[in-house]
Amino acid sequence: MIETEFTPLAASLGGALIGLASVLLMWVRGNILGATGILTGFMQPSSSADWAWRAAILAGMVTGPLVYLFIAGEFPAIQVPVSKLSMIVGGVIVGIGVTYGSGCTSGHGVCGMSRLSPRSFVATLSFMAGITLMVFVTRHIFGL
Amino acid sequence: MQLIVIYVIGLIFGLGISISGMANPAKVLNFFDFAGIWDPSLIFVMGAAIVVTAPGYFLVLKRPKPVFGNGFTLPGTKLIDRRLIGGSFTFGLGWGLAGFCPGASLPVLSTGNPDVLIFTASFIVGIFIARFMIQRSAQQRDAATTS
Repeated sequence: MIETEFTPLAASLGGALIGLASVLLMWVRGNILGATGILTGFMQPSSSADWAWRAAILAGMVTGPLVYLFIAGEFPAIQVPVSKLSMIVGGVIVGIGVTYGSGCTSGHGVCGMSRLSPRSFVATLSFMAGITLMVFVTRHIFGL
Repeated sequence: MQLIVIYVIGLIFGLGISISGMANPAKVLNFFDFAGIWDPSLIFVMGAAIVVTAPGYFLVLKRPKPVFGNGFTLPGTKLIDRRLIGGSFTFGLGWGLAGFCPGASLPVLSTGNPDVLIFTASFIVGIFIARFMIQRSAQQRDAATTS
């Protein structure tokens, strides 16, 4: 376990930017800003125009941390309290779950909740329950 | 022109993820560790994102169509079923193992962090496994109904 500082200002500013990007994408192109949907469509696009906008937004996304580096003088902190095996197993499970659940934190948690989609409320409650259970089990039952 | 605007939108998202702490597994896992070293920061990420998105969507979706393109692409299904709940719960379990979610890991690929690369490659494998399983069960259903 790694203790982390409570950072409400950075969290709010970051969240507001995530929200701004979501609103802008809906305004400009009429799409939900969901990472799962954008990436899945990028890997299996329906047309070349469909691939192009997905490529553009993904290219923008990876530029974000570089701008952060330019402003802050360092990359955003990435502290990993779990093993490489957890990363691999967790990653595969995440990919399966978001595909069956049709979305992740950005698509359901931000975009879906914001347009009051009952599906997204249920999805968000479900993945919050999943992660809470997993963190409890790994930390407090297995003591990892 | 459209692609440049969309690139900038992606950049705003990536910068937001970088500032928010969502791409820091220690922070994410501590948020959900209510019985341990709880760090409440992440509720401010989702809270602020929704405070901006909800009124923004309300205004944008009143318009007849987006700036580029003919209409808004919104999920059509309203179905709340086992697949939605089970899939989302499963995603949560994986998120709790790794500490990364898809939208947080994609932007920070550019940091070259090895854990980010491992997680992203693994979740892409997971996406293809799930798509294969979904396709196969659809084929089996079709075969069962035709025979």
